Amino acid sequence: MKKEKTVEEDRPQSNGQEQITGAEALLRCLVEEGVDTIFGYPGGAIMPVYDKLLDYEDKLRHILTRHEQGAAHAAQAYAMVTGKPGVCFATSGPGATNLITGIANAYLDSVPVIFITAQVVSSLIGSDAFQETDILGVSMPVTKWNCQAKKSEDIPAMVAKAFYLATTGRPGPVLIDITKDAQMENLSFKYKKCDYLRSYNPHIPLHTRAIESAAIMINHAEKPLILAGHGVLISGAVNELKKFAEKTGIPVAVTLLGLSSFPSGHRLFTGFLGMHGNYGPNLLTNEADLIIAIGMRFDDRVTGNLKKYAKQARIIHIEIDEAEINKNVQVDLEIHNDAKEVLQAMIPLVKQRSYDSWIREFRICDKTEYEKVIRSETKPEKGSIRMGEVIMNVSELTKGEAIIVTDVGQNQMSAARYYKFREPYSLVTSGGMGTMGFGLPASIGAKIGKPEKQVIAFIGDGGFQMTIQELGTILHYKIPVKIVILNNGFLGMVRQWQDMFYKKRYASTELVNPDFVKVAEGFGIPGKKVLKREELRRSLVTMLAAKGPYILDIHVDREGNVLPMVEPGASVSEVTLNYKS
Amino acid sequence: MGKQEFTISIFSENHIGLLNQVTIILTRRQINIESITASESAVKGVHLLTMVVKTTPDMIRKVAKQFEKLVDVLKVFVHTSDEIIYQEIALYKVTTKGLMSGNIIDHVVRTFHARILEVSPEYMVIEKTGHKAEIADLLDQLEPYGVLQFVRSGRVSILAE
Repeated sequence: MKKEKTVEEDRPQSNGQEQITGAEALLRCLVEEGVDTIFGYPGGAIMPVYDKLLDYEDKLRHILTRHEQGAAHAAQAYAMVTGKPGVCFATSGPGATNLITGIANAYLDSVPVIFITAQVVSSLIGSDAFQETDILGVSMPVTKWNCQAKKSEDIPAMVAKAFYLATTGRPGPVLIDITKDAQMENLSFKYKKCDYLRSYNPHIPLHTRAIESAAIMINHAEKPLILAGHGVLISGAVNELKKFAEKTGIPVAVTLLGLSSFPSGHRLFTGFLGMHGNYGPNLLTNEADLIIAIGMRFDDRVTGNLKKYAKQARIIHIEIDEAEINKNVQVDLEIHNDAKEVLQAMIPLVKQRSYDSWIREFRICDKTEYEKVIRSETKPEKGSIRMGEVIMNVSELTKGEAIIVTDVGQNQMSAARYYKFREPYSLVTSGGMGTMGFGLPASIGAKIGKPEKQVIAFIGDGGFQMTIQELGTILHYKIPVKIVILNNGFLGMVRQWQDMFYKKRYASTELVNPDFVKVAEGFGIPGKKVLKREELRRSLVTMLAAKGPYILDIHVDREGNVLPMVEPGASVSEVTLNYKS
Repeated sequence: MGKQEFTISIFSENHIGLLNQVTIILTRRQINIESITASESAVKGVHLLTMVVKTTPDMIRKVAKQFEKLVDVLKVFVHTSDEIIYQEIALYKVTTKGLMSGNIIDHVVRTFHARILEVSPEYMVIEKTGHKAEIADLLDQLEPYGVLQFVRSGRVSILAE
């Protein structure tokens, strides 16, 4: 590689302060914030930054994805598994707009990612210059905050503010757009982290009165149920949740993004909520007399028909984002605070109790679900391979200790249902946005964030082809992710809806697929096609033992449906267990 | 729940794009802005945006929280019309000939508490401060005499109490 390192002594000095370019200032700011990994893609307007990046290779590792969307998803996954904010670079115009799906995805799932986009030189802004896009306007509805640096001296303060905003309160993506001239101009560099903005207060004083009232409600409840969401993981309240549940004896249900916030095998764990969630927690939401919602937002996929959602229950909502309180579900007691702080304050106030007969109701539901759905899905004796049995096998082989990345659709719901998560932060999935194509690039970000962990991506044959070019990134950096394609030759979830609600009219859902193993081979990734049940377990073992990346193209039941299902418009207590097409 | 009129006061940093962020929230909720006024507030460096919207009490609560969530917003207040003292200002340009022939200038000034700002052989400019209905009333009264131009401002309001 041709490169000439800038010699330190050659740098211009003014007033004793170091003069560096805006591009270098950006990189220095990132180093100051503890960043060591960047996902991105270069282009014309961002060239000054990339040029400087060569001099910072020892401190900042850059992962060149094959598309900006991939970089955005990888940065998000990196943030989700490490707890550190992700960082993503893209150039102006199409580079920036290609990020939008990834930004929106991080926004809906409250993940801190710092997006840096380049912009054309400031004198050209607004003139429809080559590769100019109003990325501030375009990204405004899907970022927590965004801004534009037209002068190099603005960069350090903007970066500091970006990190502060992305990581505090309810986290989310932020975007800084930096003009090419701002990247090239010199500035006197000094960096000060941001910890205060007068218009933004993420540290809300603890509502102790509300917490006391909550404790009284909890101590008097007969059929209480905890609904744990992503907020439990974000606030680092996993241990507190466990202590709280164990002391009060209250059963715990989790949302999709709340999976792994409470161990799947725990005696108080009742499963996952929502459209394809477990039977018990959905059904019994409408039996509980008290619901304690922690760090979740009553998404429509969780609540089903709002008019028939938990009308009998009193609801306590612990949530850091005030705009989420009383947004979808009217609650009886709101605690607008950080989940961890609330649980810490509440644990001493609640009584040691147990709810044996109430928990027995969940176990009865579990049995029903097992008989009607789970047995045939995870231990079928004949017919094609089922998604559930693939996941169950992986779950057993990895003892629930791997990081699971999913795409969107049936593969995702099956993974959420059948993997037994034992460790926090071990599920990376696209929740609110439901972005197909998320899985493959996200698995790259997850593996780079946690290289010591086994990272397994479950992806459908549809979603895999949406970001299939990221196989190039895996090849380039030798990223040892394990990719399981749950191949049914259909856009499975859409096909399932066509089956159930559109008279089985399969409009544009059947796929003509390439040979994925051969495609992978072209990218230097070994793999195997699995057609028969007898080969399944052995193939999974081979994949898990592989040193590098590995692909399994598993041909599953072409027209399998994910059940149970809370059908659109139905109440959570009207769960469909049986469906024969 | 029926729709009613609310006056929203948003105190914010004077940053580029704030108005855009506010209108994005209203657009997503399909709420129309009846009127809007932006200016510096009594506190130096703090900007005030006053908007009048028609929506339900439930929706206005949700929307206000979403405004409050915007990073650059300091404080949001929502009031119904009976909680505030408010005014709009309107300017009417009317033909001098018409007004003279109608002989109603006295009536306009006294009954409507309007002011004559400018007089020329061709036109007169009348200023009226008041509520929307009074302003519309005066417009109706002036219409027969030849209204050349008419403009009305957004609402400004102050808390009653």
